Amino acid sequence: MLNCYLKGQQEHERPEFIPYAHLRIRTKQKVTVEVLDHLEHLALVDFRDSEGVERLQKAIQFADQLHEVNTDGVEPMDSVLEDRCLYLREDDVTEGNCTEELLKNAREKVEEYFVAPPGNIPLPKLEERETFLKGS
Amino acid sequence: MMGNTMSLVSAALKEGRVAPTELCQRCLSLIKSTKFLNAYITVAEETALKQAEESEKRYKRGQPLGVLDGIPIAVKDNFNTAGIETTCASNMLKGYISPYNATVVQKLLDQGAVLLGKTNLDEFAMGSGSTDGVFGPVRNPWSYSRQYKEKSVPKSHSEDKDSNWVITGGSSGGSAAAVSSFTCFAALGSDTGGSTRNPAAHCGVVGLKPTYGLISRHGLIPLVNSMDVPGILTRCVDDAAVVLGSLAGHDPKDSTTIQDNFKPFELSDLTDVSKLSIGIPKEYHAPGLSSEILALWSKAADLFKNAGAKVIEVSLPHTRYSIVCYHVLCTAEVASNMARFDGLEYGHRSDMNKSTESMYAATRREGFNDVVRGRILSGNYFLLKQNYENYFIKAQKVRRLIANDFVKVFGSGVDILLTPTTLSDAIPYMEFIKEDNRTRSAQDDILTQAANMAGLPAINVPTALSERGLPVGLQFIGRSFQEKQLLTVAKWFEKQVKFPMIQLDEVKRHDHGVFQHQKSASFLEHRT
Repeated sequence: MLNCYLKGQQEHERPEFIPYAHLRIRTKQKVTVEVLDHLEHLALVDFRDSEGVERLQKAIQFADQLHEVNTDGVEPMDSVLEDRCLYLREDDVTEGNCTEELLKNAREKVEEYFVAPPGNIPLPKLEERETFLKGS
Repeated sequence: MMGNTMSLVSAALKEGRVAPTELCQRCLSLIKSTKFLNAYITVAEETALKQAEESEKRYKRGQPLGVLDGIPIAVKDNFNTAGIETTCASNMLKGYISPYNATVVQKLLDQGAVLLGKTNLDEFAMGSGSTDGVFGPVRNPWSYSRQYKEKSVPKSHSEDKDSNWVITGGSSGGSAAAVSSFTCFAALGSDTGGSTRNPAAHCGVVGLKPTYGLISRHGLIPLVNSMDVPGILTRCVDDAAVVLGSLAGHDPKDSTTIQDNFKPFELSDLTDVSKLSIGIPKEYHAPGLSSEILALWSKAADLFKNAGAKVIEVSLPHTRYSIVCYHVLCTAEVASNMARFDGLEYGHRSDMNKSTESMYAATRREGFNDVVRGRILSGNYFLLKQNYENYFIKAQKVRRLIANDFVKVFGSGVDILLTPTTLSDAIPYMEFIKEDNRTRSAQDDILTQAANMAGLPAINVPTALSERGLPVGLQFIGRSFQEKQLLTVAKWFEKQVKFPMIQLDEVKRHDHGVFQHQKSASFLEHRT
């Protein structure tokens, strides 16, 4: 991925974007590069640019307001239907045999298999990846 | 004809005054002439006409399937529709043809409804303006109404007449615009934080959010599993009751639907309001609420009081935290729900082939827009081991407090809550985009979100036109599974306020057009 931030860093003496670590962040916790990298790994989605990191910082700041609320003795609520029994139907096969239909939407397939690139290859480490976070 | 309610058109179909195919043709050509609204992503012309033909055969035999037989409807593009592209307004699902119908879509088709097409939305239903989808923003039909044009001050001759258009609200903006511009008689939306009621208020239509668990979510591409519900958009409260009647009920394919027997109901006319207790939650006088809407809300409360109802001020103390709570729970569930989009079985797939993980990463980078990616990353942050207790669990606890607020209020004898739906009337697109999606959502969802937290039914009823000539609606929130009571009160209110019909030049041209049924002129008069 062509990364305009990285390019910018190399061409100018003073970078146009201020790397996130130098931003004045009002929350007590500063989100470290390690955490950002970890998030990119978990989500398999990238921050793309400093705006993306800013967005996360603002989101955390916004969420911190929750700590104003006193929740002593309150149980967490998973669902509004917690008082009811979940419906389970009988374990009988009622539909299926739609292999062709389901395969129609896949881009890469062979016979009745979905084709995936080789697994068990971890994403390259931060230093080796092309990512916005590298310059930080 | 086009401006009529579903019930009136249904009667016309039954009596043979108009044919389903003719109705379908009119709607399709109106869709073409209102293309600038960008309300539809996909128009299923061929299949719609086929469905209309089938309906016509049934009417000729005297065996219509019900009130919905032959009625043109539209469906938001995050519901799966067999054989029709379902995109969620995202690059991730462009070209994805669903192999099955969502349960609600199937139910409507089983009743003979004619599916005209899929409507536009914010990408993956994340947003409050219907401006962030890959197919572009949806324009509010009221921007082109005589009522709005009369009130807008022309700034200069050189200014593009077109730049003043206002947003529909979101995220079901396309559905609301479709109903409001007469291209269909009912539309399906989805409601997670107000996504049906918000555009309903801005477009001057009825937007119903049913109780969580009443209508099946099978086939609705999920955003927040514990708060999503399919929403219903119609031109009047009676129509909403009809559509609700055909959609509600247990679905074995959705285990979060309740098993209680649902009996479709017809709304009776409320004559005695004195037994009603209306609650006015004071926290809904939120910062940023326009003085116009405040005055309207007050007037509505007085309307009930003068009719003999008991109107009391109540308190829902945790209202101001519902948006923060929603922010955490929504992003957390989104992080989980969006994990299915990896390009392997459906949807966009990147050309990157080095490894599974890098293929997934590249696919998701290419397929999602900033808003979606932002929410996924935030959600993952809140779900990290070190943050789980402090953010996710904390938000779940706050959710219980919010839900308990409602339980307390309804337990004290209040039947229905009356609140505003939005903070102001629809704002111009150019204004809206000045702030980012998250800020806008946080601002706009503040009055509608809490009902989703608690799973309660809520409805927007268009109330009056603002000073700028744009619709403003008020919201009623009811008790769990008490849609009948909620809709009965909403219907009474609707009758009292007599919200004006939109005056769109495109539609007038159509109605006076070629179609000959003599009685159609009287329909127009009936509604004006």
